[in-house]
Amino acid sequence: MLASLVCFGQINVLDVAPLRKVAVPLKGAADATVALQLREGYHVNSNTPSDAYFIPLRLTWNPGPVEAVAVVFPKPQMEKLAFSEKPVSIFTGSFDVVTKFKASAGAAPGQSVVTGKLRYQACNDRMCLAPRTIDLSLPVEIVK
Amino acid sequence: MLKLMHRLAFAAMLALLIASCSRPSPTSGKLPSSSDRKAAPAFVLKDSSGAQVKLADYKGKVVLLNFWATWCGPCEVEIPWFVEFEQKYKDRNFAVLGVSFDDDGWISVRPYMAAHKINYRMMIGSDQLSQMYGGVDSLPTSFIIDRSGRIAATHVGLVDKRDYQDEILKLLDNPKAMLDDRGTGDHDTVARFARLLRPDQRP
Repeated sequence: MLASLVCFGQINVLDVAPLRKVAVPLKGAADATVALQLREGYHVNSNTPSDAYFIPLRLTWNPGPVEAVAVVFPKPQMEKLAFSEKPVSIFTGSFDVVTKFKASAGAAPGQSVVTGKLRYQACNDRMCLAPRTIDLSLPVEIVK
Repeated sequence: MLKLMHRLAFAAMLALLIASCSRPSPTSGKLPSSSDRKAAPAFVLKDSSGAQVKLADYKGKVVLLNFWATWCGPCEVEIPWFVEFEQKYKDRNFAVLGVSFDDDGWISVRPYMAAHKINYRMMIGSDQLSQMYGGVDSLPTSFIIDRSGRIAATHVGLVDKRDYQDEILKLLDNPKAMLDDRGTGDHDTVARFARLLRPDQRP
């Protein structure tokens, strides 16, 4: 059990910057940015992979005092990699995923935390790492 | 003193665990001599038809054991090579065994096998199997196992088709290793294996 915990996630190539608190108006919307940094030489599949078997980048948020109205990914890069005959839809380097939040029905002004999950699958030119899911906690404040 | 001993014991245990997670060391170029090869960890898994696959049953054959997944682009490049190797060398006591690490198992793997016309036996892997093989954390990872069940070569990541082919042929074409690997054996065993060799290779 301990061995599997130690082995699990041995290689991490995607860093998530600490999430900044977002102020969501009671009547309106606000953007929260998840800033990501990939290790050089690695890529993750975009949210719209070019192959049906590839695992897409996904950002999901759990229901809470705010709800995600839209998750906006950057425009993917189409790159031809050593293992691909056709260009592959990927993200590399530093990029942001932006979520537009609005206050949930019945939410009251105040501070809270909304949790989410970022699922990704990374590869370099010659090998792929197991898919991973990162738990996210976003501090939110609902304001009048 | 007791506290210190506990700490030392814990540190030793942690070091052991981390060491056990070290990735398989890739080999390159020349194959190590038979005596320097480690035994391939034994496993029993079920293939896509539900039949039991025991690695031990492959003693006497050269095996290419490929860890892969349907979501792995570099793995896809190798699959047609393995299909070709299986077809080309199966009559020379060679077999490819595929182990998929797809989370949803056969749901993804069966249609993929059909689409890619995979002609070799396929199984679904587990964390336990990956750890037995040195904590495989990158795909593809492949092991070339000699006739006596020892790992002759390890490849982590996409390598040249020629590398695989050369290693397979070295193991298939080495009559000495073939007979040595079976031990001195009885005359029937030696004769049985000698019949598998081309005439110019027979002892």
